[in-house]
This record gives sequence, structure tokens and C-alpha cells, in this order.
Amino acid sequence: MTALLSLAGLTRRFGGLTAVNALGFDIGEGEVVGLLGPNGSGKTTALNMISGALKPSGGQIVLRGEPIGGLSAHRIARKGVARTFQLVRVLPSLTVLENVLAGLAFRGEPLWGEVAQGEADVLLRKVGLEGRAGEAAEQLTYIDQKRVELARALAARPALLLLDEWLAGLNPTELRTGIDLIAHLRDTGTTILLVEHVMEAVRALCGRCIVMNAGTKIADGETSAVLREPDVVRAYLGTAHA
Amino acid sequence: MKTALGFAVAAIVFAVLALAPFYLDAYGIGLMIGMTGYVTLASAWGLFSGRTGYVSLATVAFFGMGAYTVAVLNETLPYPVILLVAGAIGLLVAAVVGFSTLRLAGVYFVIFTFGLAELIRQLVTWFETTVTGTLGRYIFLPIGPEHIYWQLLVLCAATLLITWWVGRSRLGLALRVISDDEVVASHIGIDIARTKLALFAVSAVIITLVGAIQAPRWTYVEPAIVFNPTVSFLTLIMALLGGASRLWGPALGAIPLFLLFEWLSANFPNHYSILLGLLFIVIVFLLPRGVAGFAEDLMRRRPGGTPAPAKPAPTPLRSEGGEARP
Repeated sequence: MTALLSLAGLTRRFGGLTAVNALGFDIGEGEVVGLLGPNGSGKTTALNMISGALKPSGGQIVLRGEPIGGLSAHRIARKGVARTFQLVRVLPSLTVLENVLAGLAFRGEPLWGEVAQGEADVLLRKVGLEGRAGEAAEQLTYIDQKRVELARALAARPALLLLDEWLAGLNPTELRTGIDLIAHLRDTGTTILLVEHVMEAVRALCGRCIVMNAGTKIADGETSAVLREPDVVRAYLGTAHA
Repeated sequence: MKTALGFAVAAIVFAVLALAPFYLDAYGIGLMIGMTGYVTLASAWGLFSGRTGYVSLATVAFFGMGAYTVAVLNETLPYPVILLVAGAIGLLVAAVVGFSTLRLAGVYFVIFTFGLAELIRQLVTWFETTVTGTLGRYIFLPIGPEHIYWQLLVLCAATLLITWWVGRSRLGLALRVISDDEVVASHIGIDIARTKLALFAVSAVIITLVGAIQAPRWTYVEPAIVFNPTVSFLTLIMALLGGASRLWGPALGAIPLFLLFEWLSANFPNHYSILLGLLFIVIVFLLPRGVAGFAEDLMRRRPGGTPAPAKPAPTPLRSEGGEARP
């Protein structure tokens, strides 16, 4: 499998604290990979470095053979990396449609005008928001705001989609809907790196998992095998359960 | 259809306004010059600050540079060339200042822009007193008040046209996204610094040209006159009163306030500043979203009034740390 994304020796320090320490892994085209680990293990920091929200202190990030580590977020976005955020971030003063149009208008190959409207309609249908285009994004329910955020990320036609705890805070019915939605994206070939605490979702969606603890990678492999590894159990549940 | 109608109405209004010098006396033309000047300044201010939420107090820095460029060059270059030079200076300074400061957020940007205006005033004063050995300069240009008015009117129309175009363009959407959430903006591919810089520069060039076009009216200029910070404050309050992020908002604020200031300064010359201060406070309390926003609220509350499903970017002004506050 060709590597779409390669991390090597990726490190981020905040003063004396090393949040991510020499992290390395590859993600192939079309893979859905879970990035797991207890709170504070460096998952979101790693995601932030890949998306350009944070500059790495060291190491390499390569997307389709091109180094992107340290580039500004807008440049990385234009190269095809889209993301959602841990705390949902819709554009509150824009309508649902405008949120998606914003995703289309500034990507590597921008779409604008009537073509963009048509594409936005397709995306809204895809995330289950058909007929809601004119609503103000800030008035939507939590799950619908998450749908808007996802549609906006998909509008970038991403080579790599980064989902940062996209399923967190959903009730059981919404969670089922959310999992189905991501499964649909997986089945249509979208490459996804998923930071997630909801194990039900991880098992259902990710063929492979990477687990981090205290900034370093402690496991990488097939999901059910990784989740049984003593180091992983210890990291999550403590020594007594390992 | 609606756009075409809007353009037709605007064209008629500007045509009628262009005829003003033929039926107004000298005082009337003077009033129209002042009013058109402030409508243009407030609209240009709203073009950048109203859309990005970055409150600029540098208006008078650019306005004064425009006026001073005319004062310095009026005996050496033809007038149209002087205007071009003034615009170029405004562009250059805006590019340098914008590039180095637009990363500043909230109150730091406000303070910087206020400081910039003072810095430029002090630099010009220092240059004039130590290098040229004079403080004031005379402007002798054969340009009548009606010509100044027509030039300002054209600039005003151009400013509104640019604002209209920005509102419909990708640039306009980029600005709305930036004012909503800069993190999202950068993660969907918007080059925030470049977008803000472009708009800051356009706004600054317009403001510089307002100063340059009005300069021949004064005959005599000195730094204390053309770099008077009141220009920045008046522009800001006019744009806020009208609704800084709307196309016609700044004009809606500038026209009544300019007339009111004229009346206050004529009738209460000693208490003018106090009344002005009180007025600012009242405006902020009563119309936090400006006249345009207030009118929209009224329309929405009116029985049978059409509810607005989408808010067309009533940009709250940025206060601190990138947080938006109305």
C-alpha cells in the first residue's frame, strides 16, 4: 500500500514538556486509522501538527511524498488535509449552506458560484442535512453542527480527513448515526485519521489503531489485537488490569 | 433584477448629488464636501474594520498623509500625479504597517493603530521643524470647491462599489469566515494575513485619497490640523452608528452625525467635545449593532415581517484575544 501520510520522529515540546516524542507511522490511501490514548497522551497535539495548527519542534510530516511539516495551516489545507475539531466549530454567523461553500471556495482547486452551490447540495445530502441549507448554523443541534463541520471538511475533497473526537458527546442514537456516516465515508475511499475515545466507534470503523501514551507511540496494528496488548490496557486502565 | 434596480437607484442618487453645486451656495457646497468626505471615510473604514472586527484608529494617519503629500508636492507636480503619488504612499505604508501588525489581535491592534497616527504626526513635525525649518505649508492649487466635491463623490461611489463587490466575492466570504473563527478560516485554506492585508491596503488607499482630495480646500496645513485624532474617532463612531459591516451602514451613520456635529460645533463651540462624548456613549448603549442592525431587528419584530433565516454578517467588534463581543 502506498503511504499517503508518513510521520517520522515527529516531536513537539512546550517549554520543558515533550507533548509528542519521536512519533512515527504511515497511513495508506483509503485506510481508516484510529489514534488512541488516554487524555494528555499527545493525540490532538499530533493532529494539530499534521493540520498545521502547531509547528513541530522536530521530525517530518510527508503527504504524498511532499514534506508539509511546519507549513502554515492554510497551505496544508490546500494540499488536501481537512479536519474537524474536538469542540465543534461551525461558523456561527453563516448559514449551513455558506459553511459548506466556505469549504469549497478556498480549497486547492476552489469552487465558486453555481457549481459550488450544486456541490454543496450534494455534500449536505451526504451528511443528512438536505433541506436545511438556509438555516443559521449556530441554531442547529449539536449533532447537526457536527454534520455541518463534517460537510465543510468534506468540501475540501480531502486526501486525508482528520477527525478529532468527532463522535464525542453524542447520545446513543446520534452515535449510531455518526458511526454510519463515517463508515459511509470509509466505504467511498476517504482516508481518515480518527482520534477517538468511543471504543464502539473505533472497533466499528478502524481496521488499524495507533496508541499513544505520554507522547510516544506504544502500539500500532490491527485494532482488536492492539486493544488487547498489555501496554495499551495498562495505559488506559492502570497496572492492576494489565 | 434586484441588483439592477439597486444600481439604477444608486446611479440616480449620485447623479442628483452631482448636480448639487449648481443649486447650492458656498456654505452648502462646503457642507456637502464634509459630508461626502466622512461618508467615504466611514465606508472605507467599514470595508476593513467592519468586516474583520479589527478596530483601526489609524484613519487620520492615512488621511493626514494624503493631505500632506498634496501640501509637499503641490508646487512641483501636476495635480493628478500628486493624487497617484498620495495613493501609492498610502498603499506602501498600509502594506508595511499591515504586514507587521495584522497578526496583533484585539486591543493591541487598536492601540497600535492609535500609536501609528501619533507617530506619523510626530515624525512629520520633527522633519518639518528640523529639516525644512518650517511647520506649516501652503497649498495653492486652482481647484474650486465644486471640483473637490465631484472628486470626492466619485471616490465615494467607487468605495461603495468596491464594498458591494467585496460582499459578493470570495474575498467577502473569506472575511466573514475570518471574523467568525480564524482557526477554521486557516484550516479551510484561507490565507488570513494576506486577506486582511489586501483589504487594509484598499481601505487605507481610499482614506489617503480623501485626505489628498480635501487638502486644496485648506490652503494652509500643519501636522496638528491634518493629523487631528478626532478624524479617526468620528469616522469610527459614524461607521458603528450606521452599521460598519453593511454596504450602506457607514453612510447611514455619517450623514446624520456629520450634520449634528456641524450644528453642535456652531451652537456650542465650548461644550462641543463633552456633548460628543455623551453622544458616543448613548449610541453604544442604544444601538450596539448600528442603525442598519436596529432596522433589521424592527423588521423582524414587526407582525408579518419576514424572519431573516440567515444573518448577513453583523460583525461584532473584536475585543481581546480574538474573542468576539457585541
